[in-house]
Amino acid sequence: MQKKHLTAALGLAALLAAGPALAQEGPTDVPAHSVFVLNTLLFLIGGFLVMFMACGFAMLEAGLVRSKNVAMQCTKNIALFSIAAIGYYIIGYNLMYPLGNWSIGTDDTGGYLGAFGVAILEAVGIGADDADDLSYASTGSDYFFQLMFCAATASIVSGALAERIKLWPFLIFTFILTAIIYPIQASWKWGGGFLDSQFGFLDFAGSTVVHSVGGWAALAGAIILGARKGKYDSSGGIHPMPGSSLPLATLGTFILWLGWFGFNGGSQLAMGSIGDVADVSRIFANTNAAAAGGVVAAVILTQVMFGKVDLTMALNGALAGLVSITAEPLTPSLGSATLIGAVGGVIVVFTVPLLDKLKIDDVVGAIPVHLFAGIWGTLAVLLTNGDATFMGQLIPIIIVGVFVFVVSTVVWVILNTVMGIRVSEEAEIAGLDTSELGMEAYPEFGKGSQTI
Amino acid sequence: MKLIIAVIKPFKLEEVRTALSGLGVQGLMVSEVKGFGRQSGHTEIYRGAEYTVNFVPKLKLEIVVNDDQVEQVTDTIAKTAQTGKIGDGKIFVLGVEQALRVRTGERDEDAI
Repeated sequence: MQKKHLTAALGLAALLAAGPALAQEGPTDVPAHSVFVLNTLLFLIGGFLVMFMACGFAMLEAGLVRSKNVAMQCTKNIALFSIAAIGYYIIGYNLMYPLGNWSIGTDDTGGYLGAFGVAILEAVGIGADDADDLSYASTGSDYFFQLMFCAATASIVSGALAERIKLWPFLIFTFILTAIIYPIQASWKWGGGFLDSQFGFLDFAGSTVVHSVGGWAALAGAIILGARKGKYDSSGGIHPMPGSSLPLATLGTFILWLGWFGFNGGSQLAMGSIGDVADVSRIFANTNAAAAGGVVAAVILTQVMFGKVDLTMALNGALAGLVSITAEPLTPSLGSATLIGAVGGVIVVFTVPLLDKLKIDDVVGAIPVHLFAGIWGTLAVLLTNGDATFMGQLIPIIIVGVFVFVVSTVVWVILNTVMGIRVSEEAEIAGLDTSELGMEAYPEFGKGSQTI
Repeated sequence: MKLIIAVIKPFKLEEVRTALSGLGVQGLMVSEVKGFGRQSGHTEIYRGAEYTVNFVPKLKLEIVVNDDQVEQVTDTIAKTAQTGKIGDGKIFVLGVEQALRVRTGERDEDAI
């Protein structure tokens, strides 16, 4: 999802002269204006589909937490989405896309730290002369589309830390993640930074750049925060805490699945030619195939391993399949995409219990789905895309992982020291809905998870 | 008069109710309860982790009958609620000192 760079000389003349960069994007049989319009449309449609993923995450998490924490989980989801919008506007966007104006590094030798400044859109009612990049798409559509990816990264974190983290430290972390941590590492690949220029790293829509990043941040938080009270006992026993509403979790998963067409399809970043629109179509079909593969793998595997199908694993399987195909949704065949997704489903079924063994309490399975399947998906690029190299994929996975995990850990530790990130034991047992919000998700229904 | 308390598997309720109606039983109370007996719960798996369900959902029936009906009612409940598998439940019989029908003020056996 790397943006095409603005040329230094930004005059219209230079653009209309159809330099090599322009010719690459706009084929001769489609007028430049139409390309601009169609690309912009792709970003807008893709962007609002990815926006709806915020709803998917909210419903998935609301369904997988106990009923005494549902209102809080919804609060965190709508708040984090909004904070991401502010963080990405104030700092994130230009840090991620410096367009050559790197604070540290250059386009040629590799950029490490992007530009500082707020995001600025094109003026009202522009003509072709005033477009920031006529060969690409409107800046507003690009900003909107990219912001949604940033917000999705933050959504990943909330599920893993549910049911015991305080609201405000979580929101402060969200701001730092969306304004600084996510944009910096994303610039290394999609902003044309050093992972792109030095390693030839390929990550189409963000198995690593989005999903693993959310997963690493969640992992750091989950370790520092500790498990929910009563989840693990001293003798090694695990005490499951079934979610409040599997229909909601299923709805959330379907919404995420839908949103993923915008996530991956929009990341083609172009729809102004026969080739591009055919590629977008391939991506939609492959994305769907991978999700289906993930579900079927999880359904079969849970039946074989546990004697019963586990719906929550099937839902995680769908998402793991989607994450797995995100690094390369274009080049696989439908069959390959299904298999790549199926491996994601297998990863989930094996790593959810593994995290429990390590006493890392991930309420919704965010770490298996987004981190482990994200790593798999990034490596799976090698299977179908001849341009990928093993080290070119592996080293960036490690660099991004170390960066995000270390910085997140530092931020979590500071927050924990300064204000404490965990609610009191009493508040946790009462549920965050009543203890932190003073309201309940289902005040007129039975006590749900609080019965014997 | 005796109070018969029967704990049965929830899915057997309709069968038991029909059989008791056939005997002329005029009233019965049902509540959803959880508990354990010799079966002591069972294990389930959620997201790959095995856990014990200590309290199994059951239905508790409470029926007040005349002394001469006790054996017939308990036998009928036992017969219809039985599956032969663990967790079929239990039946207790207790004495009842008084009964009163609120609407008419009838007492004891007339009130049942």
